[in-house]
Amino acid sequence: MALLSIDQVSVAYDKVEAVRGVSLAIEPGQIVTVIGPNGAGKTTLLGAAIGLLPWRGRMSFDGIDLRRLDVEARIERGFCLVPETRELFGDLSVSDNLLLGGYSRRRDSAGLKQSLADVYKRFPRLDERRNQKASTLSGGERQMLALGRALMAKPRLLMLDEPSLGLAPIIVREVFKIIASLRELGVSILLVEQNARAALETADFGYVLETGEIVHSGAAADLMHDPRVTASYLGGH
Amino acid sequence: MNGEIAAILAMDGIASGAIYVLIGLGLVLIFAVTRVIFVPFGDIAAFTALSLASLETGGRPGTVGLVAVLAVLATAVEAVALVRNRAFHRLPRALLFYLVLPLIPAAAVWFAAGTTFSMPVRIVLSLALVLPIAPLLDRIVFRPIADASVLLLLTVAVALHFALSGLGLMFFGPEGVRTKPLTDAVFDVAGLIVNGQMLLILAASIVFCGLLFLYFEFTIQGKALRATAVNRVGARLVGIRPTSTGTIAYLLASLLAGISGVLIAPVTTIFYDSGFLLGLKAFVGAIIGAMVSYPVTALGAVMVGLLESFTSFWLSAYKEVLVFSLLIPVLLWRSLAFAGTEEEEAEE
Repeated sequence: MALLSIDQVSVAYDKVEAVRGVSLAIEPGQIVTVIGPNGAGKTTLLGAAIGLLPWRGRMSFDGIDLRRLDVEARIERGFCLVPETRELFGDLSVSDNLLLGGYSRRRDSAGLKQSLADVYKRFPRLDERRNQKASTLSGGERQMLALGRALMAKPRLLMLDEPSLGLAPIIVREVFKIIASLRELGVSILLVEQNARAALETADFGYVLETGEIVHSGAAADLMHDPRVTASYLGGH
Repeated sequence: MNGEIAAILAMDGIASGAIYVLIGLGLVLIFAVTRVIFVPFGDIAAFTALSLASLETGGRPGTVGLVAVLAVLATAVEAVALVRNRAFHRLPRALLFYLVLPLIPAAAVWFAAGTTFSMPVRIVLSLALVLPIAPLLDRIVFRPIADASVLLLLTVAVALHFALSGLGLMFFGPEGVRTKPLTDAVFDVAGLIVNGQMLLILAASIVFCGLLFLYFEFTIQGKALRATAVNRVGARLVGIRPTSTGTIAYLLASLLAGISGVLIAPVTTIFYDSGFLLGLKAFVGAIIGAMVSYPVTALGAVMVGLLESFTSFWLSAYKEVLVFSLLIPVLLWRSLAFAGTEEEEAEE
């Protein structure tokens, strides 16, 4: 059974439909990417899936109808989002941001301690800056903090919105390496990216979203060589 | 004016400032977490004083009726919302939180009417009676419009204040009260007479500021409150329910207001509508702290107390005028000195 199943979902802002009849599925342990140009509705789709935007259609996580879960209940069940805007707690220290990332597991203090140690091991930069306010971090560090904060919730499915946006190429490579390594933790990932090449290299399966609709889908390796995809998103190579 | 009078006025000012500190911190706390400028907040302090006075004479405080009405209303609102969402399994919990828990202290006081309790029991009972009022009002009035603009929330809060002082008149009557002093101790410090009540006010204010600081710095719930204040979407994305942190903020703030009510009752005559002015003066302090900074709010509140004390000596007729005129230079200074910071914050 798919971990996340999205079936004929539409999302509208007032009367404008930003997402129309989108269907996709993520199996446990999979990395799935949704690529597409700016304004295609990628962020909107994630916002609806996490419960921040109203939507029509059918969505379920781990077999539970998502209509019955609010945002906080999704997080408690290990369905998490790292939004494009990161949404860090700027006034709070790095360590407080991480600690709050584990808010949904606050009664498991031993587990949280372990997760915090794991996050610091994965992101040594965060360890160095643990007492600094989140608002003083660089763009790359913020992205790492956002990822680390989400990992503290012990996610089973992590949705990442443009994790490489605004980052220097060397840091982009590092971020994608980290994403690929999350698979070893058993975390499934829904990756939304404009950087189509890096996304397809990391993912198992891909969808192409254009003006609110899925226009192509397939195994990531096949999409990489699909002329319709290479022409539009991979610079024609 | 000589040095001795100045010292007495300063002490007096710091003592009333300490009261405003507690109320001001509560106002900032509620605003930061819920974006509501809770105008009826001073009323919570006044109702505590009135309840305490009523318990002193072995009467039934009006708070019992007030809490009962609010608890029934809040339970009805919550039940309708749950039934509409088909979340029937959450009904028992809602009954416990909105009906049973708030009514326990009210029922205790109701059945014990006529008995006179010892002072500590009276204080604890009146605090317990008053604590549910603000969270219940939050459930009835503010939660359905939680996403509205700050201005709309403020307008509703003003209306709520008028409704609440009407209910206050109904439940407490028009008479003013003054409770027995908490202590009769008098100290002689370097030739100055310092009464124990004043020291108690100061000590309570310092202790509760300290506790609040520890709560925010060292507990996950306290950090969750700060996180909600800093970034509501971010808070939801880590699983913090803004409705829960809102309830905690209202409870904590009510505790601060209740304590200030207990402290002020023996030194000032309190009427059903005395809360408004108390709240307004604390609000001046909170504005000095720009509704975000706890330490600056505390400083501002002490400043308001001092200004009030000295102007009541020199120009007692203009006491309130001068205190509230303080807002004008403060707002001017804030808008000039801090122009641009808001845009920076928005970028985060």
